[in-house]
Amino acid sequence: MKDTDIKRLLYTHLLCIFSIILSVFIPSLFLENFSILETHLTWLCICSGFVTAVNLVLYLAVKPNTSSKRSSLSHKVTRFLKCCIYFLMSCFSFHVIFVLYGAPLIELALETFLFAVILSTFTTVPCLCLLGPNLKAWLRVFSRNGVSSIWENSLQMTTISSFVGAWLGALPIPLDWERPWQMTVERKCSICRSLHVPRMGLGPVIR
Amino acid sequence: MQKASVLLFLAWVCFVFYAGIALFTSGFLLTRLELTNYSSCQEPPGPGSLPWGSQGKPGACWMASRFSRVVLVLVDALRFDFAQPQHSHVPGEPPVSLPFLGKLSSLQRILEIQPHHARLYRSQVDPPTTTMQRLKALTTGSLPTFIDAGSNFASHAIVEDNLIKQLTSAGRRVVFMGDDTWKDLFPGAFSKAFFFPSFNVRDLDTVDNGILEQLYPTMDSGEWDVLIAHFLGVDHCGHKHGPHHPEMAKKLSQMDQVIQGLVERLENDTLLVVAGDHGMTTNGDHGGDSELEVSAALFLYSPTALFPSTPPEVSRFLRTYSAATQDLQAKELHQLQNLFSKASADYQWLLQSPNGAEATLPTVIAELQQFLRGARAMCIESWARFSLVRMAGGAALLVAACFICLLASQWAISPDFPFRPLLLIPVAWGLVGTIAYAGLLGIIELKLDLVLLGAVAAVSSFLPFLWKAWAGWGSKRPLATLFPIPGPVLLLLLFRLAVFFSDSFVVAEARATPFLLGSFILLLVVQLHWEGQLLPPKLLTMPRLGTSATTNPPRHSGAYALRLGIGLLLCTRLAGLFHRCPEETPACHSSPWLSPLASMVGGRAKNLWYGACVAALLALLAAVRLWLCHYGNLKSPEPPMLFVRWGLPLMALGTAAYWALASGADEAPPRLRALVSGASMVLPRAVAGLAASGLALLLWKPVTVLVKAGAGAPRTRTVLTPFSGPPTSQADLDYVVPQIYRHMQEEFRGRLERTKSQGPLTVAAYQLGSVYSAAMVTALTLLAFPLLLLHAERISLVFLLLFLQSFLLLHLLAAGIPITTPGPFTVPWRAVSAWALMATQTFYSTGHQPVFPAIHWHAAFVGFPEGHGSCTWLPALLVGANTFASHLLFAVGCPLLLLWPFLCESQGLRKRQQPPGNEAEARVRPEEEEEPLMEMRLRDAPHHFYAALLQLGLKYLFILGVQILACALAASILRRHLMVWKVFAPKFIFEAVGFIVSSVGLLLGIALVMRVDGAVSSWFRQLFLAQQR
Repeated sequence: MKDTDIKRLLYTHLLCIFSIILSVFIPSLFLENFSILETHLTWLCICSGFVTAVNLVLYLAVKPNTSSKRSSLSHKVTRFLKCCIYFLMSCFSFHVIFVLYGAPLIELALETFLFAVILSTFTTVPCLCLLGPNLKAWLRVFSRNGVSSIWENSLQMTTISSFVGAWLGALPIPLDWERPWQMTVERKCSICRSLHVPRMGLGPVIR
Repeated sequence: MQKASVLLFLAWVCFVFYAGIALFTSGFLLTRLELTNYSSCQEPPGPGSLPWGSQGKPGACWMASRFSRVVLVLVDALRFDFAQPQHSHVPGEPPVSLPFLGKLSSLQRILEIQPHHARLYRSQVDPPTTTMQRLKALTTGSLPTFIDAGSNFASHAIVEDNLIKQLTSAGRRVVFMGDDTWKDLFPGAFSKAFFFPSFNVRDLDTVDNGILEQLYPTMDSGEWDVLIAHFLGVDHCGHKHGPHHPEMAKKLSQMDQVIQGLVERLENDTLLVVAGDHGMTTNGDHGGDSELEVSAALFLYSPTALFPSTPPEVSRFLRTYSAATQDLQAKELHQLQNLFSKASADYQWLLQSPNGAEATLPTVIAELQQFLRGARAMCIESWARFSLVRMAGGAALLVAACFICLLASQWAISPDFPFRPLLLIPVAWGLVGTIAYAGLLGIIELKLDLVLLGAVAAVSSFLPFLWKAWAGWGSKRPLATLFPIPGPVLLLLLFRLAVFFSDSFVVAEARATPFLLGSFILLLVVQLHWEGQLLPPKLLTMPRLGTSATTNPPRHSGAYALRLGIGLLLCTRLAGLFHRCPEETPACHSSPWLSPLASMVGGRAKNLWYGACVAALLALLAAVRLWLCHYGNLKSPEPPMLFVRWGLPLMALGTAAYWALASGADEAPPRLRALVSGASMVLPRAVAGLAASGLALLLWKPVTVLVKAGAGAPRTRTVLTPFSGPPTSQADLDYVVPQIYRHMQEEFRGRLERTKSQGPLTVAAYQLGSVYSAAMVTALTLLAFPLLLLHAERISLVFLLLFLQSFLLLHLLAAGIPITTPGPFTVPWRAVSAWALMATQTFYSTGHQPVFPAIHWHAAFVGFPEGHGSCTWLPALLVGANTFASHLLFAVGCPLLLLWPFLCESQGLRKRQQPPGNEAEARVRPEEEEEPLMEMRLRDAPHHFYAALLQLGLKYLFILGVQILACALAASILRRHLMVWKVFAPKFIFEAVGFIVSSVGLLLGIALVMRVDGAVSSWFRQLFLAQQR
């Protein structure tokens, strides 16, 4: 049971990483002048879209938690709507936290918001998929001794490492290298991603 | 006795730190050696005769003089673009009209009409761009040095070869008028001089009007050869209002008239030089080396044509040459010498064959210029010659002091900590070492160096401590327990320390510190959640996991900590709005709110801001009173609380009135001006005096409790109300029967006691639980008011935020600290680091930066609008108090970290006591209820209390000490860095002074707690005595 779980976990993470890599290359086939550095905002949208889609597909395919008893259509719809609302809420609250952290209030608002969106896709979307719109379960997972399955453990690790990665991404901002790619948001995201990816790979291996 | 030993131990650790800092500084900040040789006319600058053989002519030296007289008009802070001619006919661009542009129109006219008679140059000046350094550089031709920047207000005479000296020795009559800095630099050098005080930067006109009174009469009298006039109005206007103020236009127009008048009076043999000694930033300050500060204007004019035939290269060539020879005597660098000998060979060849001169001239000039540049670079480097041994020694001492802190802070809470031997033995050894060293020096007859003496004392006291510690404690336990700092805190601390090693991070520290603080706060909240202290345990217990981590139930609801965290983040962000930019970042704009209200132009906005500032003041006052009221200390009849009730509003009133006067002083009608200036002198002094008297009262009677003696007896009697006649209803019975019962009970008790002894005195003392923190908070408020007065008006909002922020942080930290009775009490590392981090953040948010031009000099004039005369320590004290206000406040408030969890104990209990249902029950037995002990828990275990205070002090000193150590290491490792004098050295100096202020504040804070403790003890003793009688 555990071995199969670990295998599935590994495959899902590999798929996630693959989707991020794809999001770099696929849009250049359809869009003109696409590159990560220059049109980073577009790329951010596409990347977050890809990751969300992969997460949803995985959730439907693997179904790690089979606890939902009622399965009427209306229940599913309300659940889905609730998920959407949670996602939006998390985007906005992240935005607020970034502004409190020192992001400018008015200028670069779009960048800040997109950063909030991508951080939400890396953290909130997996939580929603795995735990559903159940805030108490979330709080339980993110506390000591609150993890009850390997899936939750992986969720805990990836989410925390995403936050740490985003935090580390802010560190090079004061360096005056004056490179064009050294945009605040851009930098944060790339490091967030680069840290996210290895941890996602490591998660199952450590177990 | 133990109290004194705690304080002395901390003082000894501070001394070790100070010795390390002093040793490092003496090796790091070396002054330039001033040479005292003078050049003279008899020694020509180079071999061979000069091309314009002019030795024989009268009045000539190395060269024939072209002008017999010079008028030098030095306009302080005349930036190049102030004097730049305005060409308004640029197509496509709207004409810019800034107050400082195009006001010197006479320069423009002269340049257009007489192009051969006048030149305007942009002169690049050497930093530091403070007036005295610039004057030294202008008159000696050398480089101003960094260390001189500090002695700006106690300047010393120039002993090097200089222009004024040469002029007087050549028999010229030098007449000076203006800035009295010249008097200190060249004492007795002028044939006639009119000095005016320069220190009062708020005074725009005194110096200039004084000069104008003397200038034209002196000029017409003709008793001069060199006339120097140093105008200060432009510089003062920049300091007071900034260059964008209409006042600047007025000042520049006045300068324009001066130049116009001089030009009309000039004779044919006279040269007019109009020069700025430095520029100014967009804020109007100077001292650094930004482009705006180092570009000054230089204007030359003469009624005879300046550049008729001789090519300007020749004059430049000669100037270069003479300058070069003078430099060569001092410095020998092989490469430069080669270069110079080649150049001089070329020059000789040039002199011998005048026909090929035109061709070789440019190469010779290029070579000499290259030589000059090399010499300059070499001088810059060599005048900062470090003493590596002292630097290493200082750093080693700092490491040792940090080690002591770490070791002792771990050891202090263990019961076998030997207080007295640990203190006495090092001090004794230190004294022995000092005497031995002094004796040794006396024997071999060397000069006594105080810095080295301190270092020897520190080392000789440190070694026995180490030995004793090893014998007593270290050998028993593994070394790993020495490093108890938990992981995340250590990581953040490391980040903070690594920041000091990169110049971009030091420059960006003002933004990085709030970021780190925010991370720390969120980390605290998350950690609380992670430890399971925020959620009820039923949520956390899973069927699979039988063992729950939470042993004690959460003391607060989950949203409570989250609210605190968000509030803290919000406060940090708001305080970040008051941000001052370092000059190095061009894209950054300083907050406009940092300037004083007097520099605002709009009347309505000014009034609104003034209202906001007064509101902040009142809010601060109300918050403190509410806090004291909440814990009940305000009810106490003791003098400090009376002072809080009446004196604090008086202080707030004085502050508000002073602000009103200061912000509107220029608009006052002339007949009230004397009154206004008198009031602006008296009011700040009155506020400071009130604060001092309040602190004295607090020290005199620090116990703020309300005592109700004999409260037991009369209480029951008041219940008895007359009731006559038989009871008629059930209600009457309900009323009467308990009263009868109580009365009987009272009677019996009274009879029993009367038989035993005399009537006992039941004493109810309230607010003992918060007696320590009440004294601390009162002291902090009393300290904050005078400091507030030293800042610009709008910083009062930051002070309000500061109090709010520390209040929230204390609550957040207290939520995570369990109360361990009966001890040992500890303050966790995360609390101390967060506190230190917040002190740094407040330093930046009160508009400071660790660079010299950012110092708020105007603080020196609060209460002294006329300046200080010759006294230098008082303005230094005022400016220092302004700069290190946050260090002082947070260091004094440090013991609150220990006290606050005990205060919060009552809050938690009270919350649980008052669910709406049993409120009535609570009212029935309010006094019999077990009151929370709160801070009396500390008094119950005095040994643990003192140990905890010692540990807290050591931990705080460790955090600060590690910072200064990192700064020192950064400065020594990067001592050849491009930015060492611009970034690292000022940072080190600011950190060092901040450390000293913080450590003194810490000692004061702990001493205050000790004083309160002593007073509480004596109060108890008196109580017992009274009871026994």
